[in-house]
Amino acid sequence: MLNEMKSRFAGKDVAVIGVGMTKFGELWKKSLRDIFVEASLKAIENSGVDHIDSMYVGTMSGGLFVGQEHIGAVMADYLGVAPIPATRVESACASGGAAFRQAYFEVASGHSEIVLAGGVEKMTDGADVTEALAAAADQEYEVYNGITFPGLYAMIARAHMHQYKTTREQLAHVAVKNHKNGSMNPNAQFRSPVTLEQVMKATMVADPLRLLDCSPVSDGGAAVIVCSVDYAKKLKKPYVKVVASAQASDTIALHSRESLTALKCVSVAADKAYKQAGLKPSDINFAEVHDCFTIAEIVVTEDLGFFEKGLGGAAAENGSTAIGGKIPINTSGGLKSKGHPVGATGVAQIIELYEQLTGNSGERQVKNAKYGLAQNMGGSGASCIIHILEAV
Amino acid sequence: MISPRYHREIPQRYRLEAGKCKQCGNISFPPRLVCPKCKSKSFETVQLGREGKILTFTIIRVGPDKFSKETPYVVAIIELNDGVRLTAQVSDCDVDKVAIGDKVKLVFRKIQDEGKSGLHCYGYKAVLT
Ligand SMILES: [Zn+2]
Repeated sequence: MLNEMKSRFAGKDVAVIGVGMTKFGELWKKSLRDIFVEASLKAIENSGVDHIDSMYVGTMSGGLFVGQEHIGAVMADYLGVAPIPATRVESACASGGAAFRQAYFEVASGHSEIVLAGGVEKMTDGADVTEALAAAADQEYEVYNGITFPGLYAMIARAHMHQYKTTREQLAHVAVKNHKNGSMNPNAQFRSPVTLEQVMKATMVADPLRLLDCSPVSDGGAAVIVCSVDYAKKLKKPYVKVVASAQASDTIALHSRESLTALKCVSVAADKAYKQAGLKPSDINFAEVHDCFTIAEIVVTEDLGFFEKGLGGAAAENGSTAIGGKIPINTSGGLKSKGHPVGATGVAQIIELYEQLTGNSGERQVKNAKYGLAQNMGGSGASCIIHILEAV
Repeated sequence: MISPRYHREIPQRYRLEAGKCKQCGNISFPPRLVCPKCKSKSFETVQLGREGKILTFTIIRVGPDKFSKETPYVVAIIELNDGVRLTAQVSDCDVDKVAIGDKVKLVFRKIQDEGKSGLHCYGYKAVLT
């Protein structure tokens, strides 16, 4: 299978050679453009490159959050890199992963030598965040009738609990683990651990999901520098190799899906990614997954093939997904604790993979990690982007 | 005055008009130009039945600004007896008594007010039967 894929994909081998991000959180003093430029400057400096040939910016909704579109041009201008090509990429909450995938293509194709892939969101400037995020669902047939994003994932949670006997405590275990991981991440929005009891008693948002089941409203930016493996070797800097890039889509409305307890976009993209890399789920040493809500981590870890269908909740409860467990999930703290500035999230996942695979994760380091997987998801699962990175 | 955006959806929201594929019989609600099952582009308009059951649901406690005065309210994914699934509020109920599998009927109700002018917008909500 590996040979078959390799023969169909004749592009260059692609590397990540530098990363940079802002702290995630309520960054009152920084604007959308300040946040992006700060993350990008750090990534450029970290990589040691003297220029970039082009850039992609993942943003879900500059328009609804701060009234700014034409994000590619704004960011190239303020980063001081105009007139290079700069394009904004959008796939709702998977915008960052989509931006990274475009940079991967541009380098793999040989079109550019060095490409910056970044993501940014400014969510705390006063917009109706619930309404803006709901724009990622079906406006006319879901949102019109009063559903919210927590509500969509709550309906997945209730169906999963009904079908597989997943418990309310198991959902809470995801939050407890991710907050513990986030407490060790200096860039995380929430650096305080939470107890099972705190999660179980938090304010109800959309039954059965409570406040501590939900990722927060965040500002933040993240950027990585992508180049060919050949170029990375010349730079003599630590790099990691991108061994798979895959993407899939599904119906925009949750109610139109074949299953309410599985995310087909995840399993389809995962199959493609494993085939491209010549790997099995059991070969992956750790993963960053899209835990916008605790139930999402449970369903996604099943659909990535890490656990049998229906056992994702038990895996969170018995420590399989903790650092030191069978497969550590969201060592960065995930969206839940690190924060979820929507467009930046997919790129920040790549940063956690890079840091783990180059041995720079400090207290939360996964020992002997060779393969890391990043899974970034849009809406209630209408789009999914998966990357697998390898330590060299 | 009715906004063009609202007016376009009236056949679906008021009368539950759907598109039945002439090739494979699959019913799309709302109607589509391409059948998601067989890719046919040929449809006839059918009216959905109003009875069905709850597949899953949530109780919205924190709503968007537009619905914030109505919380708590139930939103469910409902499977109608002809197999079509849709998202709707479950109205006129004790929110804590709703359960998966409950039988419901879709009724005509006001859903929200649109934009700054506050146009009344109608559609379907479910009630327990
Ligand atoms: Zn058909």
